[in-house]
Amino acid sequence: MIKVVFFAALREQLDCSELTVSCENITTIADLKLQLASKNEQWQTLFGNTSLLSAVNHELVDNEQVITSGDEVAFFPPVTGG
Amino acid sequence: MNQEISIQTADFSLADEVALLEQDNAIDGAIVTFTGRVRNHNNGMDVSGLTLEHYPGMTEKSLSKIINTAKTRWNIGRVKVIHRIGELDIGEQIVFVGVTSKHRHDAFAANEFIMDFLKVQAPFWKKERTEQGEAWLDAKTTDDAKAQKW
Repeated sequence: MIKVVFFAALREQLDCSELTVSCENITTIADLKLQLASKNEQWQTLFGNTSLLSAVNHELVDNEQVITSGDEVAFFPPVTGG
Repeated sequence: MNQEISIQTADFSLADEVALLEQDNAIDGAIVTFTGRVRNHNNGMDVSGLTLEHYPGMTEKSLSKIINTAKTRWNIGRVKVIHRIGELDIGEQIVFVGVTSKHRHDAFAANEFIMDFLKVQAPFWKKERTEQGEAWLDAKTTDDAKAQKW
């Protein structure tokens, strides 16, 4: 299983802060995004946004990053701290 | 716990932070500090305050990585990064970066480097309160360009 967490505007737009996904058929971040996008039209738009950032186990990664069971994956908009 | 990083809701004292950077530190002749505060305007709109969200765990890891990179690039002594979270009003302090070094150049450069990368890599998000309601801030492309210059 993969734990998936969402932050900031994305969390509010999805109305979801975290969920668990089975690793079946998921090798990379891109695969996970496709699966999440298949939920409905709104999720499809949000996960199709190319400015969305991804992290695996607290490290920023790109779409090709391989993910495995037990990983914590996060999706969030570009950061605006400081 | 990393003593160089503090993510907190409470305010901080610039004087106290400078005192800590100076304490028992006779080898460093330079201290450069940066303090960021909540502005009363953004994109032409009046702002009454903001709420800061972050990603606990990743925030500390990300800042620690930025600080370690700065240490490999410049000859610096002590580093302290404080970032506040939660609800903040106009004029309140949001962020502090303090760096010491033997000579000023290293502390100046490392301080700006840490701030520039905090802006584009550390997982913090600001939501502004304006007369039109609340809105998440958009990231600035100029911040990306600044970080890429290093």
